[in-house]
Amino acid sequence: MHRFQAAGKTFVYTSNAAVFEIDETAEAALDGHCDDATALREIEAIEPLGPTARQMPPAEFPLTTMVLNVTNQCNLSCTYCYEYGEDKIVETENGDQPKFMNEQTARESVEFLLNESRTNKLIHLTFFGGETLLNFPVLKSTIAYARRRAAEVGKQIDFSLTTNATLLRPEIVEWLIDNNVGVTISMDGPKELQDQFRVFKNGMGSYDIIAPKVKDLLRRHTRRPIGARVTLTSQTLDVKKIFHHLTEDIGFAEVGFAPVTTANNRLYAIGGNGFDTMLAQFQSLAWEFCEAAIAGRHHGFSNVKDTLEEIHKGVSKAYPCGAGLGLMGVSTGGDVALCHRFAGSGDHKLGSVTEGIDRLVQIQFLELHHIDSKTDCKQCWASPLCSGGCYHEAHVRYGDTSRANLHYCEWIRGWTDTCLQIYGELSVRRPEFLNRSVPDAEPLQLEAVR
Amino acid sequence: MKHLKPLNQKAHRISAEAEPVADVVAMQQRGGGGGAAPAGGPHFPLGCSLVFSPGWEADSSGGTAGLCQPVERDLFDCHAGCFWPAQVPDQLNHAPNWTSKCAAAQKDWRNIDLVFP
Repeated sequence: MHRFQAAGKTFVYTSNAAVFEIDETAEAALDGHCDDATALREIEAIEPLGPTARQMPPAEFPLTTMVLNVTNQCNLSCTYCYEYGEDKIVETENGDQPKFMNEQTARESVEFLLNESRTNKLIHLTFFGGETLLNFPVLKSTIAYARRRAAEVGKQIDFSLTTNATLLRPEIVEWLIDNNVGVTISMDGPKELQDQFRVFKNGMGSYDIIAPKVKDLLRRHTRRPIGARVTLTSQTLDVKKIFHHLTEDIGFAEVGFAPVTTANNRLYAIGGNGFDTMLAQFQSLAWEFCEAAIAGRHHGFSNVKDTLEEIHKGVSKAYPCGAGLGLMGVSTGGDVALCHRFAGSGDHKLGSVTEGIDRLVQIQFLELHHIDSKTDCKQCWASPLCSGGCYHEAHVRYGDTSRANLHYCEWIRGWTDTCLQIYGELSVRRPEFLNRSVPDAEPLQLEAVR
Repeated sequence: MKHLKPLNQKAHRISAEAEPVADVVAMQQRGGGGGAAPAGGPHFPLGCSLVFSPGWEADSSGGTAGLCQPVERDLFDCHAGCFWPAQVPDQLNHAPNWTSKCAAAQKDWRNIDLVFP
């Protein structure tokens, strides 16, 4: 049980993800200074004693989201890229996978999604790359096809994509608006930060090319909130500056940050004090979010919003994310993988869009990666939200997807504690914010594909 | 809950489960009609008590002097009404005539004898 303070009150976060405000008697009882029978009985009731039986997800779990890697080629050469950089796991130049997904594979993927989503009425199709817009013709025909097929089988389908924005043209923007496609832009902040890593093959920075294009997109595509997705490195670690540039100067509604996925020894890897620096900056921006929420203003720091939503629902994860369960990635050749980050990797293949999911491989994966199999996480109070962290991150760091990401435990606990404090603060100072922003019946929003 | 206030959705579910739904109350305490019984009605425990007959184990004053059913009837009810045959001889195979001399339990119970395998 994790105890924290906010707005002059004391709260607990239990090992099964419940948040309670506790009074002085209960706090004294927790410390062993009080034997009030009611308080002791109540504390006992909220914290499960001893291990509970492992709960496996139901077999043939329905698919909610499919990420289609329409190409594994890119017109940028971002130094830190997990797909092309030093830590890549799929050979994209001379490998088995085609460089571009063809129309037939894309259609087969859509059929696969419609079939594997089973009883799910709302499904998400996300496009990813490489640079997604390099394969615009297939993108365009696939969305038209998927829309028609979903209507035929009585499902609602939602589209989104991630792009580096270099290839945005007025007619593409028009098409994105017409088709209500959600857009996530990979962008690292102001010019000096963006151009440090996000460069063309000749080394030229991409800021001057994309800034006007992104501004144009944001001005016109107003039907859905468009988010920026920032990769943080040891050399571009200025969260507040990046956030304010992207929201105020460029005009993004939401900005999400993630530390670069990389082996430990890279120059740009965040390690040691870097995580502390990053945590301090995240905290400062998170409290800015909190004050805005109390004042009834929008604040687009999506990391804190996503975590608050999970805290409010009381999410207790058996797996760090939906990969291999409700979310799968498809490679350019039609192989089905855990997620888009593993698409095309033979070692992480779960099947193919034509032959379906290899259920035995999937079950073995789910057994091995269940939180109960991660002994390192047993004593951690933050495990309901973290559940060991990203499989891809673990693979790159330790060469093993089933390892817990121990290199960022302190950062995760620090960040979770901050979000809990903000949750507590909002519950006292503006309780309606929590109920309004997270409707009860709505399923968890999927994180932007990165 | 008195000392803890549930905040998130999970906490609300847990505290709803932790609250005692209803106490065990006597049959004559009707739900919703005032008195100590909870609004949802009395809580019926499973098992023998389902065939609990008022005035059997205790009379209206809590004693056994004014029972309307003889306590000796228990002998039959445990295996007939509650299906608890382990307490009595196997009357299908080994001791079919075990109670043949006992027409009325409160009068003839002494005629029921021990059975030796």
